[in-house]
Amino acid sequence: MNKWNLIIDVAKCENCNNCVLATKDEHVGNDFPGYAAPQPLHGHHWIRIQRKVRGVVPMVDVAYLPTTCNHCDDAPCIKAAGDGAIHKRPDGIVIIDPVKAKGRKDLVKSCPYGAIWWNDALQLPQKWIFDAHLLDQGWTEPRCTQACATGCMRAVNVSDASMKQMAADAGLEVLHPEWGTGPRVYYKNLHRYTKCFVAGSVVAAIDGVTECASGVNVTLLKGDRQVAHAVTDAFGDFKFDGLDPDGGEYRLHFLAADRGAATRAVVLQESVYMGTILLDSEIPPVRSPEEAPAR
Amino acid sequence: MKKALLKAILFSVPLVLRRTARKYPAFREEMRRHSCTVQIKLKDESIGRFYVFNGGRVTSESGIHPRPDVTLSFRDLPTALLFLKPPMDRAEIVHAAKQFRVVVTGRDELVVWFMQLMSRIETSGLKAGTPMPDGSIRYTTNTNGGPLFVYVKDGRILRVAPIDFTDADAPSYSLSARGKRFRPWRRATVNPHALALKSMVYSEKRILYPMKRVDFDPNGERNPQNRGISGYVRISWDEALDLVASEIRRQKKVHGPGSIAIPHSSHHQWGNVGYYLSALFRFGNLIGFTRVHHNPDSWEGWYWGAAHHFGNTMRVGLPSPYGTVEDCLKEAEMIVFWSSDPESTNGAYGGFEATQRRFWAQELGIEFVHIDPHCNSTAQLYGGRWIPVRPGTDSALAISIMYVWATEGLYDKEYVETRTTGFAEWDAYLRGVSDGVPKTPEWQEPETGVPAHVVRALARKWAAKKTYLAPGGVGTGLGGACRTATGSQWARNMILMMAMQGWGKPGINFGNLQMGAPIDHFFYFPGYAEGGISGELAFTAAAVNNYTRMPHLLTMNPVKQMVPRQRLPDAIVNGYAKGYTWDGSSIEAQIAPYEYPMPGYSKIHMLYRYGGALFGTVANSSRYIEAYRHPSVECIVSQAIYMEGDVPFADVILPACTAVERWDIGETAGCQGYVHHGATQLNHRTVVMQHKCIEPLGESKSDYQIFLDICCRLGLGAVFSEGCSELDWCKRVFDSSDLAQKVKWSDFMKKGYYVVDPESEKTPEPVSMRWYVEDRVKDVPEPHPLPSQYPEQFGQGLPTQSGKIEFVPSSILRGDPDNPERPALNRYVPSWEGRQTADLIGKYPLQVISTHSRYSFHTFSDGKDSIINDIEDHRVLIDGYYYWVMRVNPADARQRGIRHHDVIRVFNDRGAVICAADVSELVMPGVVKTFESSAVFDPVPDRGGFADRGGCINVLTPQRPQVKGTDGMGSNSCLVEIEQWNPEHIERMRA
Repeated sequence: MNKWNLIIDVAKCENCNNCVLATKDEHVGNDFPGYAAPQPLHGHHWIRIQRKVRGVVPMVDVAYLPTTCNHCDDAPCIKAAGDGAIHKRPDGIVIIDPVKAKGRKDLVKSCPYGAIWWNDALQLPQKWIFDAHLLDQGWTEPRCTQACATGCMRAVNVSDASMKQMAADAGLEVLHPEWGTGPRVYYKNLHRYTKCFVAGSVVAAIDGVTECASGVNVTLLKGDRQVAHAVTDAFGDFKFDGLDPDGGEYRLHFLAADRGAATRAVVLQESVYMGTILLDSEIPPVRSPEEAPAR
Repeated sequence: MKKALLKAILFSVPLVLRRTARKYPAFREEMRRHSCTVQIKLKDESIGRFYVFNGGRVTSESGIHPRPDVTLSFRDLPTALLFLKPPMDRAEIVHAAKQFRVVVTGRDELVVWFMQLMSRIETSGLKAGTPMPDGSIRYTTNTNGGPLFVYVKDGRILRVAPIDFTDADAPSYSLSARGKRFRPWRRATVNPHALALKSMVYSEKRILYPMKRVDFDPNGERNPQNRGISGYVRISWDEALDLVASEIRRQKKVHGPGSIAIPHSSHHQWGNVGYYLSALFRFGNLIGFTRVHHNPDSWEGWYWGAAHHFGNTMRVGLPSPYGTVEDCLKEAEMIVFWSSDPESTNGAYGGFEATQRRFWAQELGIEFVHIDPHCNSTAQLYGGRWIPVRPGTDSALAISIMYVWATEGLYDKEYVETRTTGFAEWDAYLRGVSDGVPKTPEWQEPETGVPAHVVRALARKWAAKKTYLAPGGVGTGLGGACRTATGSQWARNMILMMAMQGWGKPGINFGNLQMGAPIDHFFYFPGYAEGGISGELAFTAAAVNNYTRMPHLLTMNPVKQMVPRQRLPDAIVNGYAKGYTWDGSSIEAQIAPYEYPMPGYSKIHMLYRYGGALFGTVANSSRYIEAYRHPSVECIVSQAIYMEGDVPFADVILPACTAVERWDIGETAGCQGYVHHGATQLNHRTVVMQHKCIEPLGESKSDYQIFLDICCRLGLGAVFSEGCSELDWCKRVFDSSDLAQKVKWSDFMKKGYYVVDPESEKTPEPVSMRWYVEDRVKDVPEPHPLPSQYPEQFGQGLPTQSGKIEFVPSSILRGDPDNPERPALNRYVPSWEGRQTADLIGKYPLQVISTHSRYSFHTFSDGKDSIINDIEDHRVLIDGYYYWVMRVNPADARQRGIRHHDVIRVFNDRGAVICAADVSELVMPGVVKTFESSAVFDPVPDRGGFADRGGCINVLTPQRPQVKGTDGMGSNSCLVEIEQWNPEHIERMRA
């Protein structure tokens, strides 16, 4: 049996909000009995885009993370509802029954992801229904993916085994797998939101003039262990991404055969832009980083 | 024989009317609307028949009625048959009418009713929209952000959604680059604001009935001082229309020509019929009005600056985009985005069509660099080196890059030698030979904030790689940097840089893949800039195609008096204004000023205001308050959809409906005129029937109908409408286009859209400026410049005096040689409001930039309590109020004790605006970034006056023209200070 899943590439989300708006367009003021009662005009974010800015000017990047109901296979909300006010369809979609769930404000808190919203006027808990009402009419995808500007958000209807395989092949992750809820919303490039980087700009003094130092070998070390290696670009820039936040102290070695070398240390909490690093003209005797595998 | 035919036709009219009425209830209703007698006859009365309409019934009798209400009198038999025997030939009909071979007499309202009723016989049977399984009907519409399906159930919009193309639609183009094959999605992508349409239609801010200001008495005290303060009372349409019509008459009789001015917004709703350049101009021309002349607000520096070096004034000074998508993907190695954020501005009306193409570029390894004070949405999405530059100093950076090229020999010497003039003088300036200051990267560093070594690295990389330069959102111009004090200098330098790098060679051109897709440019469909039904030849592009393709009555504004849009308040308050025209016919057209008042005309005493809100879009906009309350302005009419912005400063408010409540027709992103082939930013050219999806809300009416109703009261109804309803006009637009050869009108009406076939790969589009590089006759399909503008042979070279790119423009040397703010040699002149402005920078140390909005098209999608309000990057909800967003660097925020999402007061000597702070590293220190175009104007008490809590940042921007001798805005040269806002006494000024 094929089931629905949502795959979101965090690196390709640009915060255009088309998914948010299409979903609001679909549900604000519209009643779909058996699926969802009308969403209030304001205040509900059945799909919500969160922002993570990393680094500082000028080496800064940003990731946008659309979050919504995960349509969990082991959904805490279904357990909390108990009486069938929330049910899971055979196609994987979780539906809060707009009649049976009336008055169940307690269900809002049952979702650890904060994806359930309270409709005060209707006294109903509500959330994104994967536009099941449209899929049942023959639509091939929900509103949010149909309106997506970059193709960062895709709905796929596959067997659980295929989905598992796809996740493994493409390195997809779910939010908080440790909660064991079995989410059906998968993320690509999640590190852009959850991990950190160390970056900097290397310069050298050439004939008394400061120049961007390109082609400089940069080695990232944790203790004596080489974590990663990079070569600076035309602007002398380098960036090590995918590091854990609060990762403690790192050392960096910079070496350019003809322009000198440098060593720096950073303590990693959040992403770090080290600013401008001037190569010393003296080249210290360190082991050649070229031998290390490039990350 | 022909006599018999005419008699038969006349005899059959009531039969057809009755049959149509039986079949179509709406027709029946319409026929019931008037009881009257209509006479149709030959002038010599040898043949005649009259029709008596009575309560929805119609009878007829042969002969001549003694006192008909309406008479159609044809000069002769052939003329009568021309009008009455299908198919109708509009060109012949218009011609016959112009020769007075047909004369219509009677009360306008009845004349127009009868003519429209006759047309309706044809259109009543048309089906619109596609039935859906759930019982809804799927209609189509067009917006500023792309085309949409509109699903309607029980007379109410259920949803709007992007259009997915099917196998029944034309195929997509495909192209190959560097061994890869690319084909776009089978979908018309849309901007965020398009998806807010439903919530905007049902907005609580809709004006649903005509209103009059409570203390406005047209026959007594008018109380202009209370505009924006006193409230409104509901009135009937009859009262409203009578009031407006009689005021128009009074203005003409009391003051004479010129006393009525029509201030209108630029673009609010899509469509060739209802557009301001269409129905509004037709109306304006028929009553005569003082034109509020628009400055080229998105183009500024390109028109007033760049054009002098190379021409292209027909494109308001922007380079042309042809063939650049394919050339860029095949050849280029780098794209430099400079003040370019296509992911926010989407070209213009372009949805996210080019987004996919930029991902292709990334896939091919084309590197991106972004020069902008803000790490904008485009830089955020694609990455690449962000080089923050202080607003208004971009020119110093550009000059310094050119210094590196000149001194290190990193430029195309052969191109400069053969395809340009004046380089020696420019080279001497760069090296400091002429002024003793070499323009080194170190020279620019303290001014721009860009480290010298970064400039050198960029300059060398740029010269080493085949590079596309992408200034502005469309990649061939526009951009916030062109709306600074130094906007002209910047745009000029963009041209000079490309001249040094061999503009037009493979991989070296203007663009960011936003424009120049391989679509069919030979299929004609009129763009909105062609004036639609206006009949206006001088101030639209109607003369190019539309006027001959869609024969219709010419209209002409007899009032030559104009006021520059940026100076309207001064014209009213001070009684004088001076301006410069936006006229693309030549480079020189902009040089000579015009003045208000113009000898012979009345000053302005009535404002007929039309379209979107204004406080968010015009520089130093609070000037308008005094102007609106000025005693010389005796009447202000506002024709608007929403109660917002400056609408509540009117005396009479006429409620207009939205585009989905009336008929219209248009091509997505089809502008033509100043944006010739605007659809080149799309992956699929899409012509859309803009269905009347629902009935107008409340008592609102279409703009066209409002104009027509007023015209009927002035005896102008038949001239204005030519007897046509909006749907009839849509058909005439359809017939004028190449679409009529491709699809049946009835099929198009039903399905609602048509996709034009792509250009074949076998006939690739020529690349802009390639012909120039190779010194060939121009081969891109644009009818620019005017034939007279070529200095040597038609089609060869550029429309400059030398025919080449001029480093030192002869047009400035000839026309404006002594202007220190626009010297012929484009030397760096620091901003008149920037970090070097000593008397301001102490008080107001932050530079605010306000670029085109991402989530609203100008003011059209902002406010209105729509779902756009819920986007935190647009407005932030704090304590129950949606505040406009101001982006602040953490260092600047920290210094002032401001935290993320604090409410802040942004202020300078011009006023104060209340915003929500978005504190992040995405904006450089010393700069605060927001969007222009707040639709909400909400003054609250503030020290010494008011602060706008709505977020109209243009309350703060300078009204000074960016360069003397121009009308360019310099809104992005604006110094402010910010502080936490203490909302102790939020009592509305208007309470």
